[in-house]
Amino acid sequence: MTPLSARCLRAVVKKEFRQIRRDPRSLMFMAFLPAFMLLMFGYALNFDVKRIPLAVVDGDGSRASRGLVDKFRTTEYFDLKAVLPRTAAIDPLMAREKVRAALVIPAGFAEDLLAGRSPAVQIIVDGSNAMSGTTAAGYAGAILQSYSQRITLQALARRGLGSAALPLQAEVRVWYNPELRSAKFLVPGLMAFILMVIVTVSTAFSIVREKERGTMDQIRISSLRSAELILGKIVPYVAISLVSAHLVLLLGQVLFGVGIRGSYPLLLLAMLLFLVGALGQGILISAVTRTQQVAFLFAVLTTMLPTFILSGFVFPIRNMPAAVQAVTYLVPARYFLDALRAVILKGAGFGAVWGQLLLLLAFAALSLGASAARIGRGDKEPSPRRRRARA
Amino acid sequence: MRAVLSIVWKEFVQLRRDPRLFPVLFVSPVLQILLLGYAANLDVREIPSVVCDLDRSAASRAFLDEFVNSGYFTVRARPERMADIDPYIDGGRAALAVVVPRGFGDKLAGSKPASVLIIADGSESQTATIGVNYATSIANRRAQRIVFDRLERVRGPGPKPALVKAEVRVWYNPELRSRNFMIPAILGLVLMIMTITLASMGIVREKEAGTMEQLIVTPIRPYQLIAGKLLPFTLIGLVEAGFVIAVARLWFGTPLRGSLALLFLMCLAFMLNTLAMGLFVSTVSRSQQQAMFTTIFLVMPMILLGGFVFPVENMPPLFQLVSRAVPTRYFFVAIRGIMLRGAGWPELWPQAAALLILGTALFALSVLRFRKKLD
Repeated sequence: MTPLSARCLRAVVKKEFRQIRRDPRSLMFMAFLPAFMLLMFGYALNFDVKRIPLAVVDGDGSRASRGLVDKFRTTEYFDLKAVLPRTAAIDPLMAREKVRAALVIPAGFAEDLLAGRSPAVQIIVDGSNAMSGTTAAGYAGAILQSYSQRITLQALARRGLGSAALPLQAEVRVWYNPELRSAKFLVPGLMAFILMVIVTVSTAFSIVREKERGTMDQIRISSLRSAELILGKIVPYVAISLVSAHLVLLLGQVLFGVGIRGSYPLLLLAMLLFLVGALGQGILISAVTRTQQVAFLFAVLTTMLPTFILSGFVFPIRNMPAAVQAVTYLVPARYFLDALRAVILKGAGFGAVWGQLLLLLAFAALSLGASAARIGRGDKEPSPRRRRARA
Repeated sequence: MRAVLSIVWKEFVQLRRDPRLFPVLFVSPVLQILLLGYAANLDVREIPSVVCDLDRSAASRAFLDEFVNSGYFTVRARPERMADIDPYIDGGRAALAVVVPRGFGDKLAGSKPASVLIIADGSESQTATIGVNYATSIANRRAQRIVFDRLERVRGPGPKPALVKAEVRVWYNPELRSRNFMIPAILGLVLMIMTITLASMGIVREKEAGTMEQLIVTPIRPYQLIAGKLLPFTLIGLVEAGFVIAVARLWFGTPLRGSLALLFLMCLAFMLNTLAMGLFVSTVSRSQQQAMFTTIFLVMPMILLGGFVFPVENMPPLFQLVSRAVPTRYFFVAIRGIMLRGAGWPELWPQAAALLILGTALFALSVLRFRKKLD
């Protein structure tokens, strides 16, 4: 193998830059779309379930039952939307999603409580969104628990049995994100997701366009080697995507308070490896397809939903079945996201993320290597243009 | 009509010319729903945890047993010192830690308030919130039992101790499986991505290839050209919807409580939107590259603001307003309603109306835009 020629490389880079300049709208998209999307979606997305619309059926109407309803009314977790006469009246409200939870207090609630016959109240939860359903049931359970506690502690105090404090307290400490804001969890994920889609897509046309226009044949008969062609095509995009990744980081810090706790050079290394890998995936798609339409389909199908769902952005990977977990190893955003969260939120060092960096490097090498091999081999089947000419 | 049919024929011939297209069109939706259906799971169970018992008394062991046997946590390790917890949480190997401090058992025996420490990794806020809830409720339950025992020992005047028991009923999805909630939405997303990408290339490709002028000089009218371009994609989309619904129903066992006919009608109304969006992109773009970026610009809000995983009612008011212009918002409500709740026309007509109005407006906009280009 002869070494790559710097002159050839420079020529391809220059040509690519010129071509990118010719289409300013696409350039704007590549540079600013990620930042714009983070701005837009960073505010919109959160998991913080609050003010769950609640219906109440108070079958008892006693002071005790009103006290319990007040407990639900005064938290920020529930929003009392309706007081209903019968349990049957809940059904139509829940079917129209007017309420998502209901509290039913049976008749005789206060009597049972006084007689020491632990009464049961019913909590009905709309389970169709399992996540909000679980959270709503959890909040309701906690409110009931604290209500019971107050009653037992009062009974204890009345008998002169010690203080009105609980004998066992749970002391909670949350690391890295003490207010448990979902933004801290979601913003790094959003960064990885947006960058993956935009960056892959920006090179997905780079070679197939030349094929469709017939300029690929000119390149093929020139003395240019496929590695030089690929590197030359990638260099301008690495520059553009690095700029756009930094814009995204900056916005994350300024607007969403997701500052970088760890080392910046480490983060830069992770970003660089990830961006080259994503660009490589775009080039590979471009190398194996024959029309821009199919290249676009491939690019969207392999990045959009897989990155959203398989990278750990919102769905924890450890919940997935083993076979699907194995597939997540094919999604480079997964490693990037791991590294991003570790470095940004936890301030982790090289020791904690070297595995991710290695896998990102492997992905970049693999996608670029495969594209070079594919382009070097050329399209064995006749291109549509040629086939038409023969017919 | 003949003119429309001939365009439809031309489109099919063109689609067939790339042998890679048809496998992508029909195999990938099925693959996607299979893979993503398994992956899209937000159930928080078996939270990886570490427990650290610094007291080593009968009381501390009893407490930790309750924690371990609750079914919500999987214990990854039992470190002996507090400092050994850090690497587990830093490295992401555990999301939660429970520490029983020294003197726990003695304090409880001496009726002094004792405490346990719960440490959670907040970088995964969702798991942390639910994990902390479970762990504190286990501690609270324990506390209550201790109080009860004390009350039992000393019978005195006043009311007897009683608890309020919670009886939780979950409607529509009793096992609280998040998969049932996600799969209908994934169906919508797969359908959207396919139709929007196909349609967005439809017209700009002719412009780039220079065949647009040829089409302009034929006696074909603009609306005929558009109908002819979009009909094949509508057919493809309906077949794909059928495939994906079959996989959801037969493979994943997602319930289909409502009417299948209504479901397909909703899919059609939704495709009116996605195809019109694609067409709009195609008319405003000068190259396929531009069309691609514009499509992605439109698809992202459809995924993120439509209520796929992030509930619309959690968003700030401004974004709730923006989401009214996002067709997936209506489609997700409709398809989840039909499949999970067995909702019918009386509940879903507002969604159908919104999809039709939005779709027609988008369609009119792109046809108008397209006419200008032809003149």
